[in-house]
Amino acid sequence: MLSLIVFLPLVIAAVMAAVPSIGPAAARWTWVAVSAAELVLVGALWAGYEDPGPNGLAFEEQVPWIPGVNSSYHVGVDGLSLPLLAMTAVVFLACAVYALKDSARSRAQSALFLFLQGVSFGVFVSADLILFFVFFDLSIVGMYFVIAGWGHGNAARSALKFFLYTFLGSLALLLGFIGLYVGSDPHSFDIPELVGAAPLENNPVAGPLVMAAILVGLAVKTPTVPFHTWLPPAHTDAPAIGSAVLAAVLLKMGTYGFVRIAMPILPDAWRAWAWPIVVIGIVSVLYGALVALAQTNLKRMIAYTSVNHMGYIVLALGAVGLVVDDTAAARSVAVTGAVVQMVSHGLITAALFLLAGVMRARAGTYDMDSFGGLAGPAPRYATLFAIAAFASLGLPGLSGFIAEFQIFAGSIALAPITAIALPGILITAALFLRALQRVFTGSTQGQSHGFADVSGRQLWSVGPLLALSLLIGVLPQVLLAVIEPASAALVGLVGR
Amino acid sequence: MTAVQAALLVMVALPAAAGAVLTLTRTHRVAAPIAVATAGLTTALAFASALARPAVSYPFVAGADFALQVDALAALTVPMIAAVTLLVLVFAARSIRQSRSRFHGLMLIFSAAALTTATAASLPALLFAWEVMGATSYALIGFWWRDSARVSAGLTAFLTTRTADLGLYVAAGAALAGGAGMGLADLPAAADPWRHVATAGIVVAALGKAAQLPFSFWLSAAMKGPSPVSALLHSAAMVAMGAYLLLRVEPLLASTGWAGPATAWIGVLTAVLMGVVALGQRELKQLLAASTIAQLGFVVLAAGVGTVSGGATHLVAHAFVKALLFLTAGAWLSALGTEKIAELRGAARPWPIVGVTATVAALALAGIAPLSLWATKDAVLTAALESSGWLYAAGLAAAALSAAYAGKILWVVWRRGPRTKVRANDAGRISAVEQAPLVVLGVGAAVLGVLALPPLSGVLADALGGHAAISVAGLTVSAGIAALVLLLMLRLRAPEPRWALRWLGLEAAAHAVVVRPCLALARALARFDDHVLDRAVMALAAAVPVLARAAAGADDDGLDRGVEAVAGRVRRLGQVARVPQTGAVHQYFLQTVAVFTAGGVIWSVYAVMG
Repeated sequence: MLSLIVFLPLVIAAVMAAVPSIGPAAARWTWVAVSAAELVLVGALWAGYEDPGPNGLAFEEQVPWIPGVNSSYHVGVDGLSLPLLAMTAVVFLACAVYALKDSARSRAQSALFLFLQGVSFGVFVSADLILFFVFFDLSIVGMYFVIAGWGHGNAARSALKFFLYTFLGSLALLLGFIGLYVGSDPHSFDIPELVGAAPLENNPVAGPLVMAAILVGLAVKTPTVPFHTWLPPAHTDAPAIGSAVLAAVLLKMGTYGFVRIAMPILPDAWRAWAWPIVVIGIVSVLYGALVALAQTNLKRMIAYTSVNHMGYIVLALGAVGLVVDDTAAARSVAVTGAVVQMVSHGLITAALFLLAGVMRARAGTYDMDSFGGLAGPAPRYATLFAIAAFASLGLPGLSGFIAEFQIFAGSIALAPITAIALPGILITAALFLRALQRVFTGSTQGQSHGFADVSGRQLWSVGPLLALSLLIGVLPQVLLAVIEPASAALVGLVGR
Repeated sequence: MTAVQAALLVMVALPAAAGAVLTLTRTHRVAAPIAVATAGLTTALAFASALARPAVSYPFVAGADFALQVDALAALTVPMIAAVTLLVLVFAARSIRQSRSRFHGLMLIFSAAALTTATAASLPALLFAWEVMGATSYALIGFWWRDSARVSAGLTAFLTTRTADLGLYVAAGAALAGGAGMGLADLPAAADPWRHVATAGIVVAALGKAAQLPFSFWLSAAMKGPSPVSALLHSAAMVAMGAYLLLRVEPLLASTGWAGPATAWIGVLTAVLMGVVALGQRELKQLLAASTIAQLGFVVLAAGVGTVSGGATHLVAHAFVKALLFLTAGAWLSALGTEKIAELRGAARPWPIVGVTATVAALALAGIAPLSLWATKDAVLTAALESSGWLYAAGLAAAALSAAYAGKILWVVWRRGPRTKVRANDAGRISAVEQAPLVVLGVGAAVLGVLALPPLSGVLADALGGHAAISVAGLTVSAGIAALVLLLMLRLRAPEPRWALRWLGLEAAAHAVVVRPCLALARALARFDDHVLDRAVMALAAAVPVLARAAAGADDDGLDRGVEAVAGRVRRLGQVARVPQTGAVHQYFLQTVAVFTAGGVIWSVYAVMG
């Protein structure tokens, strides 16, 4: 089942790339069909999912791959990965629908995004470090071509910066993985085995060093301050659907690495690094929000809010490492909040970037000061944007609140100092409301003249993302029922 | 789920759903009827819930339920919110002429949030509804979005209240750490020091929402919204909910020792200072806004001194009084085209129903016996006297100020003489549909004081906690002061302290201390990000090509040249080696002899040495 989910888009992508006679429209519709099929498959997965228990995996598959280093094709899902899998499926389908009218090299674009979708699923189902790494790096390669091939502005340069920076990060990650392999006994790249064996435990030198390598690797991908500077240009110059996938899915690979690899395999070292991680989280939250507040380019602003939003995740996960006795409940709340934030940020930021794409498609610019009173000519666009903005600033009733409430309740209960990150949600509110005011209110002026409202296709790509955010915001148990057992298990592993 | 639980759920879900549909669609013709029908049904459900007292909860976030409960306090407040919503929507059905669908939708969503706030029994449920109220108030204050100043006013309101809301996030963390759970009723059982942290967080959030000092300025800005918005948000809900929260957590305030007195003093100081601010205003809505804050100061005072019943009755009665006054202000504004108090000369006369109901409300606001606020305010002051004479004295001063600013309105609107012209067109009419709600609100403003008088005061005190006993002396004193000050105001012109006109400079201070430094920091960090951090990374990256060129240079000039040099030597060696190969046999013999001779010599030397 999982293999089908991972390889179906890869195979279709290969076929599409190899057969030049596929027309552009056929390619786009195939892309939508495959993405829809993937969503159905993931839905079936969700329906049949039962919590596998601590360090267990559901829908597990294992085939020997490189037996010499104890690496196998090992996949499975649990409550940490299944929500991300579902979010990935939704975001890719939204992008496919959004791109239904794009005409620039449709066949190549469809193939590339199907490829990206396959490797993204691969990252989230991998239960083997080598497999994880392969998919992780392939996602970088895929995104490089997306930005370089379909971007605008200084696309080639931004794509190269993105590629080199994150590729360098992945090398640090690889170093860490090799450290884990060397430090484990028997040597293995298998994640559940490593979690069971807890390598480098009580090793005060190698453990933290390996952790440092993994942390740097994941911090670049997440990204946290100060490793975030590849993000704004990559987003600004990427096509709308590229930005959506980059922010919604690729960034999550960093934070997912924390909960899948760093925390359960090296609980000792995670606790040793907890304070620096918490500090980086707090700095990312406040710094990301403040820098976003100063932006005049809409897309750069959204990009910096990603630094802020991912900072909440890092903050919560770091706080979980500050183990104080009898705090399992609070730690579990923090982890749950962090995982919800991954899903929530994926949905909301994808929506925001797609909407930013509409702005560029209509007016050719992201400069917020070029607009004014846009709610007049484009009321539906204004409504969608306002909902997405309020979702992003953590308004209750939408998913961001569920995430941030739990992150802060859990983190403050564990370490009251984390309350200094709270102004982050205030600054985020300020920057989104200022943006709304600049672009949508006042008298209609500048680029707002003749701005056509969102089309049905755009509505059908952005609307469902926001509807899901609303669903999670009002009935969070649909999501939390899956996440909570897994976060309790993770808290148990980190606390050992 | 029982029928009454369903009634409670429908009471909050119905206006939310109907409001969402109206907001997202454009159904201008039917928007008002739908909204009024929804609000009517909600009001019926609110009264039913108040009688049945249901409680529902469902699992929400990790570690806490979404819990709603109609207890005695909510039973008193929920019907008030629903009823005022209904009356305001009836009034607005005619007075709002553009974007009706959006207006009524947002009002319904807001009322759902306010009802949820009033019934919330757990922190997540409270915070949920609390912030939705804030967001809808943003959208309603900035309803006329073509005017940037109005949108800015909404932004100020939202950001100021959200600043205070951060206290609730802290309180949630403290509740989680305190181990007693996130139920509002469970908080007094939380472990120290978390109980104190939770208390502080909740108090800050409540003061922010209730626009108490130092947060008061946002309500001034909020007056840029349509008048019906102010009539609901700034009388019965939103700001009132801030004070309501303090009543709701009164046991928690009492359990800490410090929170009660602190709250009481903030409340009474706000009542006094905002009373002065109200007196200094020149626009009717600004006066009413300051007055709202001052009146809610009494409710905050009530929570601080532990009379929940006194505070709750004042809250409810004030909602009717102030909703009526805001609606009147709106009616006059649209009919006369002015908000300036001085230009409202004789405004009460052309429309007698409006004039009389407004007069009733203003007299109640002044604290004239036997109207509502006279009795309810005195219930609070009696309790204040029990805890501190100073509190009581300050409270009396605030009461006198209420009479003064109410007198200021009455003096102008009944004054004879040249008046502002009524607008010629349709705007100059105040229809029957608009006047009907005023009458209902006027009746409430007149008679709701019975809640604070025997026998009802005893029933409410038993149910809510508070002081059943009323003091005849106290009631007489307040009635006397109110009457005296009012008469004085009608004889003399009201003093208008200039320093009070600008709302004590609170907004300017907030801009100077928080907003501008924050924006400056943001710009500085953005420059740092571009010019230092990013440039450092790019410099590091640029070092790679330099290194590469160096390596390439070393490759060309060092390694490759070395290889070429070796090759050159080998070539020359080859040339040397070619020299002996002449093709002449005699020379080869000679060479052979030479080699053998040399070999012989070496061998001999080796043998001798060896």
